[in-house]
Amino acid sequence: MGRVVLVTGVARDLGRRFARQLTAAPGVDRVIGVDISPPRGDLGAVSFARADIRNPVIAKVIMREHVDTVVHMSVLPPASVGSGTTAKELNVIGTMQLLAACQQSPDLEHFVLKSSTAVYGSSSRDPAMFSEDMDARRVGAVGFVKDINEVESYVRGFARRRPDVRVTTLRTASAIGPGLNTPLAAYFRLPVIPTVLGFDPRMQFLHDTDLIDAIEHATLADVGGTFNVAGDGVMMLSQAIRRLGRPALPMPSFAVSTFGSAMRQARLVDFSREQVTFLAYGRGVETARMHEVLGFHPSRTTEGAFAEFAASLEPGVLSERRVRAAESGLLGVLGGARDRAAQLTAAGSGPVAGREGGHHG
Amino acid sequence: MGDAEIIPIGTRGKPGRGTGSTKPSTAARSLAARSPKRAPARTESPEKSGPEATAEAPPVLPAPRTPVDAAPTKPAVVEAPARDHRHPKPGIPAVDWMAGFTAAAVEVFGDNWEPRLAAFLAFLRRRLTGDYTVDEYGFDAEITQRFFMTAIRPVAEKWFRIEVRGVENIPAEGGALVVSNHSGTIPVDGLMTAVTIHDHAHRFLRPLGADLVFRLPVVSELARKGGVTLACNEDAQRMLRGGEIVGVWPEGFKGIGKPYSERYKLQRFGRGGFVSAAIRTGVPIIPTSVVGAEEIYPLVGNIPSLARLLGIPYLPITPFFPLLGPLGLVPLPSKWIIEFGEPIRTDVYDAGAAEDPMLVFNVTDQVRETIQQTLYSLLMQRSSVFS
Repeated sequence: MGRVVLVTGVARDLGRRFARQLTAAPGVDRVIGVDISPPRGDLGAVSFARADIRNPVIAKVIMREHVDTVVHMSVLPPASVGSGTTAKELNVIGTMQLLAACQQSPDLEHFVLKSSTAVYGSSSRDPAMFSEDMDARRVGAVGFVKDINEVESYVRGFARRRPDVRVTTLRTASAIGPGLNTPLAAYFRLPVIPTVLGFDPRMQFLHDTDLIDAIEHATLADVGGTFNVAGDGVMMLSQAIRRLGRPALPMPSFAVSTFGSAMRQARLVDFSREQVTFLAYGRGVETARMHEVLGFHPSRTTEGAFAEFAASLEPGVLSERRVRAAESGLLGVLGGARDRAAQLTAAGSGPVAGREGGHHG
Repeated sequence: MGDAEIIPIGTRGKPGRGTGSTKPSTAARSLAARSPKRAPARTESPEKSGPEATAEAPPVLPAPRTPVDAAPTKPAVVEAPARDHRHPKPGIPAVDWMAGFTAAAVEVFGDNWEPRLAAFLAFLRRRLTGDYTVDEYGFDAEITQRFFMTAIRPVAEKWFRIEVRGVENIPAEGGALVVSNHSGTIPVDGLMTAVTIHDHAHRFLRPLGADLVFRLPVVSELARKGGVTLACNEDAQRMLRGGEIVGVWPEGFKGIGKPYSERYKLQRFGRGGFVSAAIRTGVPIIPTSVVGAEEIYPLVGNIPSLARLLGIPYLPITPFFPLLGPLGLVPLPSKWIIEFGEPIRTDVYDAGAAEDPMLVFNVTDQVRETIQQTLYSLLMQRSSVFS
């Protein structure tokens, strides 16, 4: 008998694509997608159940369909769902209800949580690379960092209460990809990118196909535990912005959110206080456990994933093509100057050739 | 209201304060008094000084000559009469520009300037398009080598005239922990140790910095790019395992912000975290003594209340700062000696030794004593602070 997998959060693009991909995986009989609203795209062979995970209905679905694997993908930052209170409701209360439903189910064998590296927060006291056994150095009184830490602690509690269930938590870095619409992608799509003055955060990216592959791998592999998932290497924010060829606009941290929200294109961008802190201090996570224990190897590095994303955007005013053109132009002009100067010294007081060429004024 | 009355606002181009009167006010008259005198001064100037006149009246004269190359200006002089009508073109001919550029390029990059200029432009292009890599700590080797080190080197060599001893104690490869005394109000000694190790041992020093470094704007950005990471056990061990030369100043703010009267007296060496990191990774500890940094900004006072308000550990008062303002930020040109001591091996201890507090304290004390004794002997050898 194959496995029956329940996937939450399929209304979102990543959840939908993951659910679809999982239907083709070996050993998977059925995939049931759950969300409050129906997905916009095609779900393929996924059966969709419109349900709120905060509602006991979800327990009935799990019982009746004999679900043995739950993939919880609907823990989302506030910018993706609306206000902060809604996000907290959905994330924390939703996870509590889902876990309560799971605990009742005798068929359940696997539970996979798609968490985020945001769980480590961002502060000036952060180590360069967070490994899985470290905690956030600073957690705010409200916000996504606190929410996702609570979500993870509930999942750990569930793992203690149901030791027969294999629980896997994936802390994934910011997903990025050509077609992906996340708050971070919206940020990089701004024509002028506001940054925090005097800070240059380190960032890690994960290609969206790698993210989906990682969750599939964790769903099918017989490995439990907590894993950081990110592309190899790090990038500085300034570097990323330069690779996009867009101008950065450094401003004091208190002004970033005000200015950012004022931009018309910035409706989808997350300029919450937590995100601004992230734009100042950045974050890096260690992925040795992902490679060695989980056995998952992302197909693209941080730089590779970002390059694919950058290629999908229109190059900015400082695009590499223009910079290259300026470079070769300048070299040509200076090379010409050298030749002409040599010609002049050789010819002495001969007539001047090519006066109109090159720089003037 | 009948006809709209026009109330004169502004001066209509006349001097005065906008009262509408045609006569300028006294204040304006005294301001404007200089203008009639200017005309005679202008006619006098050609006799007074030649170059000034050239600068003042470009339309009459042929294009100003650049002193760079005499040859291209010659035709310009020949051509000048032809241009002597109503709108002679001001400015420098393109050829002169080019000659100037070429001369400047030769000046900056030497005779072999063209490939070097191309390399420089390629470097600029790489920086502009983000075509470079940083390691996971945010360390940007290219900018550190080509920019930071180049900027600091003259200070190290010309201003502080650093004398380096025991550079052979720094391993050519593999991890090592450079432990040094800390002094000088501003961590200039860290920069100087980094440039010394880079120039003499050809390795990059990876300093461990307090979290204040990463809280301050600009400083945090430069620090990460220059290879600094947070002084915590996780980062220290990670870097040492990665085979880096890690620099640590265990005295921290107690050492750097101590009053001038306590110079060259080592403070408490933290809690010995650096020793346990070295034991866990089995790398040698290189005790390093820096003499001269204490005198660059003699700390004679502190404003603790204001420092607390600003969230910094101390607010220094030196004999010149804040008295002389920004000028007080210029460090005194003391003569420096940096001595890298004999490495203290830690691979003789087994892994569990890092958990033994007595052993960690003993090694910490050994490192501290070594540095203190070296400091005293270096001070004896130094003839004076500035030579």
